[in-house]
Amino acid sequence: MDVAIVGLGMHPFGRTPTMSGLEQGAAAARAALADAGTDFKRMEFAFGGSQDSGNADSLVNLLGLTGLQFTNVANGCATGGSSLNAAYSAIKSGQYDVGLVVGFDKHDRGAFNPQPADWGLDDWYGETGLMLTTQYFGMKIQRYMHDHGISRETLLRVAEKAFRNGSLTPTAWRQTALSWEEIDNAPMVSEPLNKYMFCSPAEGGCALIVCRADIAHEFHPRPVYLKTAVVRSRNYGSFEVFSPAQPPEVADSPTVTASQAAFELAGVGPEDIDVAQLQDTEVGAEIMHMAENGFCDHGDQEQWLADGMTEIGGRLPVNTDGGCLANGEPVGASGLRQVQEICVQLRGDGGARQVPNEPKVGYTHVYGAPGISGVNILAR
Amino acid sequence: MSNAKPLHEGLFSWPADTPSLIGTRCLDCGEHAFPSQSACRACSGQNMAPADLGSEGTLWTWTIQSFMPKTPYRTDETPETFTPYGVGYIELACGLKVESRLRENTPEQLTIGMPMKMEMITVRKDEEGTDLLTFQFCAAEEQH
Repeated sequence: MDVAIVGLGMHPFGRTPTMSGLEQGAAAARAALADAGTDFKRMEFAFGGSQDSGNADSLVNLLGLTGLQFTNVANGCATGGSSLNAAYSAIKSGQYDVGLVVGFDKHDRGAFNPQPADWGLDDWYGETGLMLTTQYFGMKIQRYMHDHGISRETLLRVAEKAFRNGSLTPTAWRQTALSWEEIDNAPMVSEPLNKYMFCSPAEGGCALIVCRADIAHEFHPRPVYLKTAVVRSRNYGSFEVFSPAQPPEVADSPTVTASQAAFELAGVGPEDIDVAQLQDTEVGAEIMHMAENGFCDHGDQEQWLADGMTEIGGRLPVNTDGGCLANGEPVGASGLRQVQEICVQLRGDGGARQVPNEPKVGYTHVYGAPGISGVNILAR
Repeated sequence: MSNAKPLHEGLFSWPADTPSLIGTRCLDCGEHAFPSQSACRACSGQNMAPADLGSEGTLWTWTIQSFMPKTPYRTDETPETFTPYGVGYIELACGLKVESRLRENTPEQLTIGMPMKMEMITVRKDEEGTDLLTFQFCAAEEQH
């Protein structure tokens, strides 16, 4: 049984001081139900996740205690991707006909505050100043720039594109385009990455209604079909965050393994993708993920960015809503925002940021701690 | 450094004239690990032996910590006295790359591939006034 996405709902990312994370999740769920022309009583199952805003299944206190199967998902930055993966399996197997996928979060300002013990590390690692995700991102792109000839100008181009696309996206947190000079002169955070090259922890909620493909038109006239949903974790040798040491041989990242599996399962290749969301925790991530997901060779990003090939009108538009850079990252919801933006583009509802020529096949990629990656391929 | 001790036991040989990083080597597949591991991440084996990982290597990648981290960072510094520090991975003779603070803290001082050596630094003092030590790496050759 094929799987369709028939409802999209979002509580805009950013800061909503008057609402808890849970309330933002409920708002997103209600919006998705309305978009699908249905109600919560119709939902047979739900998969939901939140890193810092409590148990996702507490949503039933706001949406109704209907007795549905509600499973909490906690899988780091891939929480949204893992929730959708679980919903995909639930429908694919024939177990259920229609259900809800939801993610939300409300993070404090500033960087995340990880504790060594939660990561199987001793206290010295954090106390001596090695436990910052920003350091890892800086070091990974530093080595990549050295190995593959990526220039600082290319980092700037990715940031410039993100905020320009954010300025075209009514739901984006950062809706002001930034000039080259503003980005270039921003305070350095972790060499070579400065303030405007990183996304920020944020707040927000995102929800999808997922159903059997053969009943999709009962809910929405323009369903988007989920061709495949894949999640992979790290192999030995993959260069990941919070690693006191790395093995001699650098192995493929979980992005590479998830991407290859997704293309194989969906029966399409990178050349078939019309619009993509690639995890852009920082600008280097978007650059590296272009190649790790198979869209170009390592090093080709220099020319791709110079030629505008990932712009909205380019060969492969990437992060058309401004990505994590312009939307921030509420961890539980972020992977679902990516899927939602691809659905908006495939429906043709992108407005000022709509990819031209009626895109047919889209791609989403989430990546994050502790070395986990989720890829979805979608088609209309 | 008589009134000094490691912040965390077992990361490096101490006391020693030239402290050396201490890790483990898998007796089944030969892979090294740091810090010491009771099981091998490469082959899942459990036959691990202590290994002297040395105190020299080359710089594999780097960044600079330009602002004072929040907890779990724990030193005697204040935001006013905080000094930026480098962070990098040092490729050791056995091939393992170990993450470390770096003495160098400006981009001009750091180049991928440069020879590095280990030294001891004080993280903070404990309640008795004893210096708590950890390792960091610095340029092995005088810089011009």
